[in-house]
This record gives sequence, C-alpha cells and structure tokens, in this order.
Amino acid sequence: MIENTRTFDHACGVILIIGIAAVCFPIYYAFIAASMPPGSERDAAKLIPGPALFQNLEAAWINRDLGRQLFNSLIMAAGITVGKLFVSILSAFAIVYFRFRFRMIAFYAIFITLMLPIEVRIGPTYSVAANILDPVISLSHVTGLNALISMILGRDFSISAEWSLLDSYPGLILPLIASATGTFLFRQFFMTIPPELCEAAQLDGAGPIRFLWSILLPMSRTPLAALSVIVFIYGWNQYLWPLLITTDPAMTTALIGIAKSLPSSDAEAPWSITMAGALIVTFPPVLVVLVLQRWFVRGLVESEK
Amino acid sequence: MDGSSTFNGHKMLPYILLAPQAIILIVFFFWPAGQAVKEAFFITDPFGQSSQFVAFENFHYLLGNAEYYEAIYNSVAFAVAVTVLSMGTAFVLAFIVDRTTRGKMLTRTLLIWPYAVAPAIAGILWLFLFHPTYGAIANLLISAGWDWNPLLNGTQAFWLVVGAAAWKQISYNFVFFLAGFQAIPKSLLEAAAIDGAGVIRRTVSIVLPLMAPTTFFLITMNVVYAFFETFGLIDAITSGGPGGATMTLVYRVYLDGFKSHDIGGSAAQSVILMVIVGGLTFIQFAYIEKRISYR
Repeated sequence: MIENTRTFDHACGVILIIGIAAVCFPIYYAFIAASMPPGSERDAAKLIPGPALFQNLEAAWINRDLGRQLFNSLIMAAGITVGKLFVSILSAFAIVYFRFRFRMIAFYAIFITLMLPIEVRIGPTYSVAANILDPVISLSHVTGLNALISMILGRDFSISAEWSLLDSYPGLILPLIASATGTFLFRQFFMTIPPELCEAAQLDGAGPIRFLWSILLPMSRTPLAALSVIVFIYGWNQYLWPLLITTDPAMTTALIGIAKSLPSSDAEAPWSITMAGALIVTFPPVLVVLVLQRWFVRGLVESEK
Repeated sequence: MDGSSTFNGHKMLPYILLAPQAIILIVFFFWPAGQAVKEAFFITDPFGQSSQFVAFENFHYLLGNAEYYEAIYNSVAFAVAVTVLSMGTAFVLAFIVDRTTRGKMLTRTLLIWPYAVAPAIAGILWLFLFHPTYGAIANLLISAGWDWNPLLNGTQAFWLVVGAAAWKQISYNFVFFLAGFQAIPKSLLEAAAIDGAGVIRRTVSIVLPLMAPTTFFLITMNVVYAFFETFGLIDAITSGGPGGATMTLVYRVYLDGFKSHDIGGSAAQSVILMVIVGGLTFIQFAYIEKRISYR
C-alpha cells in the first residue's frame, strides 16, 4: 500500500497461486479423468489429458438419457426462479406499500421460514407432495365438515381425494419456492425507494398495479437479476428433494442421474463417463456464474444479509 | 419499515397480492412443519395405516440411542471442521486478493466459480481425486507409505467429506470476505500507516475488528450449510458409511424416514433439527439487531 513490503507481497503472491491451484485442481482432474478412454482411468494420475474427451461426453449424454434429465433440471431451476421472483415481489409489495390488519402477522409468518431448509421437514413435505389434498382432507376432519355433511346426507361421508405431485414438474418446483429470502431482498429494496415517487404516481392517477408494473418493476431490475442468478443455481443444484419425489428416470434431474451412475464397487466401472457427465451437469451453473459474475456477487451478498 | 408512502382504499388487494406466497407457505412449509411436530409424538406403522400416541417415546428412544449421539457428534465435528477450514482459507485468499492490484478480476473469477458446483458433484470430484485406485492425491499418499482407503476407513472417509464440503464453500466465504475487506475505508488504513502502524499492526487493530460482523454472519451460514446442504455430498460418496463414520443428523432423518420407514422417529429428529435451526436463526438476528443499533 504505502510502504514498501516486497517480501510480504511476494509471500502473498505465492500463497495466492497455491490457493488458486488448490481451488481449481479438482475440476482439472475431472477433465483429465473425463478424457481417459474407459478402462484406463488409472492413467489419470499422470495428469496428462487423454484422447477420449468427446467420445466420453457423447457416451455420458446417450447412456443415461442425460439430455432429458438436463431438460428437467432446466425446467426445475427456471421454474423455481420464476416462481420465487413472482411470489416474493408481490408479497414484498403488499407488505411495504399497504397498511392492512394482518400485515405484521404476514411479515413474521414469512420471516420464520427464512432459515428452515426443506431437509428439516422432508418427511411431511413428501407426504404433502404425495397427496397435495391431504391438508384439505385433514381440515375437513378437524372442522367437523365431514360430520356436518354426514348429518345432512343421513349417511357416512368423508372426503377422499388424491392429487399426487410425485414425478411431476410442479412437485419438483413448488416446495422449493416456499422460503422468505426473495421477499426480504425486495422488501429492503422497496424501502430504499423514495416515498415521493409513490406519492407522485398516485397524484398522476396511477393505481397500485400500475405503479408496480410501470415504476417499481423497471427500477428493480438489479435485484431481480441478482436474485435470479442465485435462485437458479440453488434450483439446479437441489439434491434431496428430486431424489425423493422422482422415481421415473425420465422425470429426475441430471444431478441425480449422475450421482446414481457413480461406480459403487471396484469392478472396472466407467469412471471416465461418470466424470464426463459430471462436467456436463456442472457446466450450466458455472456458465451462469462466469457470465453474470457481477449480478451473482451482488445477489449473494445482498440476498443473505 | 415505515417511511414509504402507501396506497389507501384498497381493502382486498394486499391479501390478493400475498395469496400466492401464503398458499405455498401453508401447504409446503407450515403444514409439513406442523405434521412433523405431530408425528414426533406418534408411532406410525411403516405403511402409514395406523398410528398410536406415544407422548415423548420417540424422543426418549432417540436420546437413549448411541447411534444418535454418534450422528450428533459427527454433525458437530463436521460443521466445525468445514467452517474452520473453509473460512480460514477464504479469509487468507480474500485478504491477499484485496491487496493485489493486478489481475484482480481474473483471480476473483478463478476463486468464485466453484460456488456453482453442486455439493454432490463436489463429492464426486473429491472421491475420484482421493480414490485409492484412480486418485492422483491418493497415489501420493499411498506412495508416502500411508494406508489410504477412504472407502473402508471411517476416519479417512470423514476427512474426505470434510475436504470436499469445505472446498465447495470456499467461494461463498471468499465473496463475503472480499466484500467485507473492500468496505473498509482505505483512508483509515492510510492514516494508521502514516502513524507508523505496519501491515500486521493494521490488520490486527483495524481490519480484524471491522471484519467481525462478516465473520460472525459467515459462521452461522457455514454451520447451516454443513448441517443441511451437504446431504447430496454425503449421499453421493459415502451414504453415511463406512460404519456410520459420515452419518450426520440430516442423513439419519432421511435414512430413518425413507429407508427404515420409522416415521415417528424421523419426525422427532426433524423437530430436534428445527430447534437447532431456530436457535441459530435467533442468534443470527439477535446479533444483527445489536450491530444495527451500533450504527
């Protein structure tokens, strides 16, 4: 900085290079592994790329129906992103720009979902996904609706209905939208917007929806982009949920497909093809981080603080 | 929360705007969380046909079970190891990157891309790297005379999982630490330098105290990450083994609930986890409140 600290700077430079090498080495080694002809993965330890990268990428793509699974991953990640942006913008708008009776209750109800990840409530969430009408049926028991209808009809009555989200896109997407991160990001952002803007819009005769659509949304481009990047990666990398609710290989995500293709025994398994598949699955989110780096860093720092 | 202008005379609109969020939260969050609490007090047969109220039986059983204590121990040891390794590395790297003037964008890019790697993929990459038959690093360890085989040795498997999880988390910590360093006013450091404080003195007396809030925030986030988000990593490479050496609390919830169909036991574990996360959230926000009042 100000004084001359050459030795210290040199030491820092060396540590930085070692650090970068350590961070990047696992993926470099994956490239090496993915380029080895199946059966000669042992040679990967020589750290020299082999000739079979493209054959292996192709084999990984065909073998496991990876194209279809990548499509599922894309639908899931994009669905979670769009859904989360949609519900969180609307609820942040309601909480910041309206005064209504249950406002604080709504605020705290959203607030407590902030840090309870799906892994914690996984069993019951699965039951809901297996029959999404379960809450309705249980409520009809509790509220005595069944008893009432039985009385009116003069015979036994109980609502039974089934609507399963297993092996479906809504099943992959909806439960992962249920969290507060986005709502708080938008709430904070809306609160930084000068109140005069809202007053001016109202003076000019704009209603709430018009204000949201023509003024608030265009102003929110930055937090929108930042949150999209974070949520897309979050959705793409989901593991436990898709593992549980998809049994049909054609409905599962690419990540689950690759994890399931992992050789489990020492029998000469095609590691090179699994590694090629791992590279394919990792490529889209890495591309998003690299291309949208500015938004990514903002989204990360702002959505979680 | 106040200070912004509001729309008056729209009685129904705010409820309509909140409805999508409310429906999703009720169906996929509050209902399941409530069910978990309810199920924790029942024993349900594996087919879900009948259930019997057993009060605290499920908790009693868990807390008298040595395997559950092993899972608690593993989770805590895992969280501490991942947090320390990952945050330590990221802190040093961010400190250096903040000081460098040349190639900042490139170094930053090279350090943050692993954020995009899924935990399960991180596990697969590390498993291959340390695989006794194929791994380059495993080869080094073996030729150094080490009896290296994480597929059979529990301690080695544990450290392999720690390494992979910490590696994946370096980018996340790096982003926050770098943002923290960049927020420190350079004029403050220059003034200290003029007063004769060297690099080390400036770091200890100015930089470290100013980094405390970021560090505290990251500790909570890393613990949450190590507890919950590493499920895929563990499932992909060790499935809790060998011999339960990498069995964490979340992995047990999954195993008991979906493999052994012990619904009550799994729900009781969920409730314990909810209490843990609730505690962490509380600490986090209690601390943030305090920090805001300092400003």
